[in-house]
Amino acid sequence: MSNEWPLWEVFIRGQHGMSHRHVGSLHAADAESAMMNARDVYTRRNEGVSIWVVEAAHIAASAPGDKGPLFEPANSKVYRHPTFFDIPDDAGAM
Amino acid sequence: MNRDQALFEFLLRMGDSTLILSHRISEWCGHAPVIEEDIALANTALDLIGQTQFWLELAGEVEGKGRTADNLAHLRDAWDFRNLLLVERPNGDFGKTLMRQFLFDVWQSLMLAKLKGSSDQRIADIAEKASKEVAYHVERSANTVISLGDGTEESHQRMQDALEDLYPYVGEMFIGDKVDEVLVKAGIAPDPASLRAEYDRIVGDVMYKATLQLPEDDFAHQGGKTGRHTEHLGYILADMQFLQRAYPGAEW
Repeated sequence: MSNEWPLWEVFIRGQHGMSHRHVGSLHAADAESAMMNARDVYTRRNEGVSIWVVEAAHIAASAPGDKGPLFEPANSKVYRHPTFFDIPDDAGAM
Repeated sequence: MNRDQALFEFLLRMGDSTLILSHRISEWCGHAPVIEEDIALANTALDLIGQTQFWLELAGEVEGKGRTADNLAHLRDAWDFRNLLLVERPNGDFGKTLMRQFLFDVWQSLMLAKLKGSSDQRIADIAEKASKEVAYHVERSANTVISLGDGTEESHQRMQDALEDLYPYVGEMFIGDKVDEVLVKAGIAPDPASLRAEYDRIVGDVMYKATLQLPEDDFAHQGGKTGRHTEHLGYILADMQFLQRAYPGAEW
């Protein structure tokens, strides 16, 4: 058995209307203290309006070895990008 | 004692308590058991330094002799400091530091809540700003006290020992004197004794959750608020004031 506290992944929403972004990870004994640690470690300079913490063990991640089958098929399909359209100036930034 | 003299004393009591506690917590920088707690303690120390600046700057203004917050912090000797004895107690282990923090945070949050309604707008403004920081401090220290008290056999014992060691320094926070009388009359600050019932309720609740036993003896060490300190303050000041004493007027 490990004496280490579990690892938590921290997600911060920078401002209202934006989505939460992964900012890093930390160790904490439980969700409540993970939240507090996240506040102290990642929002000291006014970075956020909302925090999510997720125990890292609960995140299912793709294996680096699967990179080829998962992502390479998309490489040769330029037609999936909307780069062939002229964007009217009125539409603004996309 | 006139109103401004009393006010000056009171502001020193507030500012010196946050200053000395801030220094004590900053001693953990780089030494806390885990990096997350290290950062959290440093944040708290910085919050307290910020509050100190407000209190001592106003103290200098009220005194009217041209002393700045820096002058007051770095150029007074121990007998001119008015901090609570509690905050100069040595850190001990991490649990004891957080126990001291909790016992102080609860008092400070109750004091600031009253000061928000002070008849002196300058004090009400400082209290308004500081109370948001302190609401977080008290939540954090209470959680840690509960986790460690209701933790392993060893952490429980350490927290119980810390509580018994520090509890005799709690009473001083609620003992009023001439200074308080003048300020109560002027509507500037509350009677310290009036905070005790709520303090006991909050502390009792947290200790219950932490499975810790509050000492029954109500004996209270006192003297900090009138300049009679334990031997520890001298060492703190030697550390804190060295630079200004050795290189007068040195700036970053």
